[in-house]
Amino acid sequence: MTDLALEKTATGTVRRLSPAPFGIGVLLIVAYGVPPLVASEYLFDAILTPFLALALAGLGLNILTGYAGQVSLGSSAFMAVGAYAAYNLALRLPGLPFLLDILLAGLVAAAVGLLFGLPSLRLRGFYLAVSTLAAQFFVQWVFNKVGWFSNDSPSGIVTVPPLSVAGLPLDSSAGRYLFALGVVTAVTLAVWRLVESPTGRALVALRDHETAARVIGIPVLRVKLLAFAVSSFIIGVAGVLWAFAYLRTVEPAGFNLDRSFQILFIVIIGGLASLRGAFLGAALIVVFPLLLARLGEALLGGLFDSGVLEMSQRIVLGLLIITFLIAEPAGLTALLDRAWNRICGRFRRAG
Amino acid sequence: MEWQFFTEVLVGGLLSGVMYSLVAIGFVLIYKTSGVLNFAQGALLLFAALTFVSLAERGLPVWAAILLTLAAMTLIGALIERTVLRPLVNQPPITLFMATLGVSYVIEGAAQLLWGTQVHGLDLGIDDLPLEIGGVLISSFDLFAAAVAGAMVAALTLFFRYTRIGLGFRAVADDQLAALAVGLSLDRIWTAVWTAAGVVALVAGLLWGARLGVQFSLSLVVLKALPVLVLGGFDSIAGAIVGGLIVGAVEKLAEVYVGPFVGGGIEGWIAYVAALGFLLIRPSGLFGAKPVERV
Repeated sequence: MTDLALEKTATGTVRRLSPAPFGIGVLLIVAYGVPPLVASEYLFDAILTPFLALALAGLGLNILTGYAGQVSLGSSAFMAVGAYAAYNLALRLPGLPFLLDILLAGLVAAAVGLLFGLPSLRLRGFYLAVSTLAAQFFVQWVFNKVGWFSNDSPSGIVTVPPLSVAGLPLDSSAGRYLFALGVVTAVTLAVWRLVESPTGRALVALRDHETAARVIGIPVLRVKLLAFAVSSFIIGVAGVLWAFAYLRTVEPAGFNLDRSFQILFIVIIGGLASLRGAFLGAALIVVFPLLLARLGEALLGGLFDSGVLEMSQRIVLGLLIITFLIAEPAGLTALLDRAWNRICGRFRRAG
Repeated sequence: MEWQFFTEVLVGGLLSGVMYSLVAIGFVLIYKTSGVLNFAQGALLLFAALTFVSLAERGLPVWAAILLTLAAMTLIGALIERTVLRPLVNQPPITLFMATLGVSYVIEGAAQLLWGTQVHGLDLGIDDLPLEIGGVLISSFDLFAAAVAGAMVAALTLFFRYTRIGLGFRAVADDQLAALAVGLSLDRIWTAVWTAAGVVALVAGLLWGARLGVQFSLSLVVLKALPVLVLGGFDSIAGAIVGGLIVGAVEKLAEVYVGPFVGGGIEGWIAYVAALGFLLIRPSGLFGAKPVERV
């Protein structure tokens, strides 16, 4: 009995003395300081930079799906809008500072998001989820068909200009990583402010019960559109990072339905309505195919060709989704929280 | 001539719409009884077609291949119900939807891991000859598909109206708690529903497979069925049929009369845009039940 009580207060204290600011500080120092010292080009280009871009996209979708409860199956369309907008702005307005370019690209994505968010005023649940597919297919088609967006490149694949901010070239692997990290840090801090604000709580109220939210005086329509706009802005910026910092090319095929599902999976696996969730989920999504490839090669050798790898990735990913939904709907975030509390509890009891 | 061409396009569209309805019916069956929008329906369809073709190619007679595939579909349906959906009872519908998204990944991966990724031809023994009816050319394969869809809808209607288990389906769809109270076994009924959806997937898979070839892209017909569902309402078989007809007609007409002006390839999204425009007027689709909400 006493043990139980002790554990209760222990976890309670841990909650109150939230390690957040301290932990985040350490995390940022590590993120900025350590990789440039130890990471190889492979680590930057194949893991860290795509991780950052996907985490940011996950963060954007989390606002819409995790906080505001509106499921979207068309996230990668807004990544594409962001990427193409940034490319065209850089191409057609030479001399535009890149940071401004990103901001404008995000705003373009937000505008398109707002447009495709309009049906949400009338539709709910599945009907809305299906209608977001309209964005997915329409946007992909536009970028495929209208040559102007890809500067009439015959292959439809365009190379983006090298990354540089305020005259400082950032075109090395480490430079692109640090740039992405800077953008992700800034956006994450802004989102943190947002979700802790009254607007953030309005989003949650909307998710939990739309009619009830309306009854207590939340301007449901405005809040919904805001969620679509903010979410699309962030996903658009993630698209810019994906194109400029990670791939250094833009093509419509990179922003297909599978990418949209991938972003949704990041949010589910990481944890809905949690900022850390997007990062944890993205880390898992980026790392697990690489691990699976290594593991498969080690176990099966030559039998494990790229076809088998792709199929087993699909299976494992599907199983992961199902397992998380059943066993831990709050995702990796909750797992981590529990582990953390247990460690702290141990610590306290021992001390 | 102009009029004749229009009719030809329209009829072709309506008939290809029936193919969409076939897929959509599988969704409706499950949605009606368990409130789950089963995204894995496309994957089930792929699995059914792939299993049938692979068995037939290994020299099994057609009836044996069909029986074995049916058995496999029953097994998979029961397995999904038992391992994925039962632990998620009472979760919000959107969680269930995401779970079926996971299921579709697993089935797609497993189907291709098991049977390989090459494209199989599938010949149902129906010639795709154009028939001339009243001066309008119609594909005989499309007519056959429409007949199959009609037969299936008739069978399902009879099943729901006159069989014991069909009545059970309707009771569960109407009110799960009340169904439990009068002694219906939810577990048994849901297993039966998933089996039925597997059968529908097999029929749709064979027809679509004969048309497109049996390959991975078969599971993408699910994306064609979604606007159909949105138009018709998720819980109405009649809606699935009418929605399919509308989507088919809109797609073909738009492709012929609008496509050339915008560079073609619009059939990927025109159905969604049409469905979306329609939804703005009627948010629950044509035949969908309007939800009543209490706070």
